[in-house]
Amino acid sequence: MDKVRVEARHIELSYGATKVLHDVSLTVEPGEFFALLGPSGSGKSTLLRLIAGFNQHQSGELLIAGRDVTGVPPWKRNVGMVFQNYALWPHMTVMQNVSFGLEERRLPRDEVRRRAEAALELVGLSGYGARRPGQLSGGQQQRVALARTLAIEPQVLLLDEPLSNLDAKLRVQMRRELIRLHRRLGITTLFVTHDQEEAMTICDRIAVLDQGVIQQIGTPVELFDRPANRFVAGFVGTVNLFEGTLERDGGGARLRSPALGDVPVPQDLATDIAGTVEIAFRPHAVSFEPGGATNSLAVDGVIEAGEFLGEFMRYEVRVGSALVVADQPHRRGGALLGRGEKVRLTVPSREIRVIVGP
Amino acid sequence: MIAAISLAIAAFLVAFLVLPVASVVYTAFATGDGGFTFSHFESFFRISLMRESFWNSLWVAGLSVAFASLIAVPLAYFTVRFRFRGALLIQTLGVLPLVMPPFVGAVAMQLLFGRSGSVNLLLNQWFGFSVPFMDGLNGVIFVETLHYFPFILLNLTVAMQNIDGAMEESAHNLGASGWRLFWRIVFPLAMPGYVAGASLVFVKVFDDLGTPLVLGVTNMLAPQAYLRITSVGIEDPIGYVISVIMVVFSVGALWMSARILKGRDYSTLQRGGTSLAKRRLTRGQAVLAYGWIGLVLLLVLSPHLGILAMSLSKVWSFSVLPEGFTLAHYETVFTQSSRMIGNTLLYCGLAAFIDVALGTAIAYIILRTRLPGRELLDWTASAALAIPGVVLAIGYLRFFRGIELPFSDSAFTATWVALMVAYAVRRLPYALRSCMAALQQLHVSLEEAAENLGATKAASIRRIVVPLMAGGMLAGFVTSFITAAVELSATIVLSSSASTAPLSYGIYLYMQSIAGRGPGSALGVIAVVIVGLGTYASYRLSNRSDPWTR
Repeated sequence: MDKVRVEARHIELSYGATKVLHDVSLTVEPGEFFALLGPSGSGKSTLLRLIAGFNQHQSGELLIAGRDVTGVPPWKRNVGMVFQNYALWPHMTVMQNVSFGLEERRLPRDEVRRRAEAALELVGLSGYGARRPGQLSGGQQQRVALARTLAIEPQVLLLDEPLSNLDAKLRVQMRRELIRLHRRLGITTLFVTHDQEEAMTICDRIAVLDQGVIQQIGTPVELFDRPANRFVAGFVGTVNLFEGTLERDGGGARLRSPALGDVPVPQDLATDIAGTVEIAFRPHAVSFEPGGATNSLAVDGVIEAGEFLGEFMRYEVRVGSALVVADQPHRRGGALLGRGEKVRLTVPSREIRVIVGP
Repeated sequence: MIAAISLAIAAFLVAFLVLPVASVVYTAFATGDGGFTFSHFESFFRISLMRESFWNSLWVAGLSVAFASLIAVPLAYFTVRFRFRGALLIQTLGVLPLVMPPFVGAVAMQLLFGRSGSVNLLLNQWFGFSVPFMDGLNGVIFVETLHYFPFILLNLTVAMQNIDGAMEESAHNLGASGWRLFWRIVFPLAMPGYVAGASLVFVKVFDDLGTPLVLGVTNMLAPQAYLRITSVGIEDPIGYVISVIMVVFSVGALWMSARILKGRDYSTLQRGGTSLAKRRLTRGQAVLAYGWIGLVLLLVLSPHLGILAMSLSKVWSFSVLPEGFTLAHYETVFTQSSRMIGNTLLYCGLAAFIDVALGTAIAYIILRTRLPGRELLDWTASAALAIPGVVLAIGYLRFFRGIELPFSDSAFTATWVALMVAYAVRRLPYALRSCMAALQQLHVSLEEAAENLGATKAASIRRIVVPLMAGGMLAGFVTSFITAAVELSATIVLSSSASTAPLSYGIYLYMQSIAGRGPGSALGVIAVVIVGLGTYASYRLSNRSDPWTR
């Protein structure tokens, strides 16, 4: 089957006075596994339902395979959606559920049967056709929902928080399953989630949404390493964020930060930036080892609290009036530093991201 | 498509509910040449019989609520508080009276509790005094109380069951117990349930036409409205004034209860929480509880047993028990009045069908579309709850006077179609609630999934919505059917000939004469059986809450 592109151009959607989506533009490449990531109320599910045809945008264009689908009813879109609560029909058997879409397409009976069985086999549930959805476990229900959608061979697959109703172990297993299915079928897939780890492990690219606005689109690594703004930095992974004014004085540069105080920063951070900025760095980039590289931000601090998380220790270190989160790898026999111990924190400048603007 | 259906429903409601009631109100305020006047109301209050009827209706409705509360509050409390077998008895108590239409039981009650009824004969014989249970208004209050207390019992029980046990535990923890706990915590939290039940009892009693008429009490509002319209004539303004007063009180009572209930959803029970702690009865409590339940059970069953005895007895008057038994009355009924049973099945079946069709459509429009003005449909359909049957019927007589049924020579209101439509309009709120509840339980995503897989709106309604709502629709059908089968207020006004009359009117006719009491009771027993079976069916249907997940 041909892989198709999904394209949104300057989409606006509001319910009365509340803007739900504002100037949303994105392109999902053919065959891509694409995540819409954001907190609840960010508009990610609305965008997904827009593509399925359950919501209508007020302006902008929505193209599927190059065709503007604005105004096309859901049943004519051939866009398969797996619902968060699976939405399996309790009055039908598994087989009837999976056959439904094929029957609505008025396919001959034996083809309906063949394709429904193939779809069930694809998700590893052959032989479950005669059961009712209520007799299946959560994970099995999830697979039936997936089979029901895949049976109609949709151009685009939409997944609305499909893993949120599963327990932690099953979630990891289903994640792998989804990746395997996607590799095999190659359908352009949009995946809505509020779980950044889920989005990063499964998807080729991610669009981060907040308050109806796309904050950044990129690969997981791009989002993690070069967050476009404070929101993305905070939402994707844990981050230390400090506001301040960047000033150059003679040989070096200084960050005047209300929280951290007045700290010297590596020269190469401030080559072409000055003024109000935020600096961001990840906890694992902070080192307690003395004598770090010259190109490092270095400050003194006092341990406020520490927790042992197995692979590493996570410390909160007081610097000025701020708390810096610092992860230190754990080696066998290493002990947790106590509260009140003095440490010197160093962060290599290549691990620091300077964010200009809001 | 949806807009067209909505318009059709709206047209039906306007033609058969809004306009007839509006014409009643208009007539009550209109002078001969169409001007506005209060003079009809003035003349109403100048007639001493009318003033008397007005106060009598209020008195009867008020006292019925008081006595019904007296019966129901302890029973509800026993159910939620104690772990004992009596709880099942109380549940049965809550349904038994509703199965028997009050006007059917009224005659039996007269024979049992009347001046020369069994109980007073015994009292006189043993103790030398009698109690005027059934004299005049007392009889109406007595019969209505016994019939309608389940409304309070059921609502209050549900409300109490929804109280989180932690509410009580924290009160215990802070030092409250016993009566203070009940009056300060339990009862206030259950208040919304009580108010809902009590206001319903008030309205039902205030509007009831059948019971006073069967007991020969005419100095109340509903009988006066009926008598005015049927004896003085369709042009007599006093009948309309009474109708307006009845509507005002019904609407007022329901509005007040809605106001009190607003923002007081006290069902604090959380998912997974436990309700009030249940205790075992102490010996003393057991005596009290079972004693009370036994007494109420005896009273509640007396009309049932009385009617059964009457339907089987040769002669029964001025004696404690009937003298001799016979099946002749049933024979009479089946030879003379089988037509009426058929009529009831036809009218109520059609009315219930209309109700379910309209109820499903309105529920869908309200819950699944954004059609502007859709709430108006809900409000209008539900407003039928506040319109007394006698008022609706008078409205039909007034509004459709001179209008003939298409393809026939008879006036619309002279045919059974008018009666059937009146049933449909009056019972629509029940079917609507049932359908709404059923649709509310269906997650929207079930329909969206169907649309997503290529089913059009119509196909997803046909293949997903209707099959999943079927239980609720059927329950709505049965409720509409059985309540219409024992409707008498509109029936008396709109029934014109014995051949087209339904069962309920037949019972009423038979009961007019002493000789007719036997066959009337036999017909009554048949009605009770029909309603009983229907109630059982609807109970089974609505308790099948989630049949698919098992």
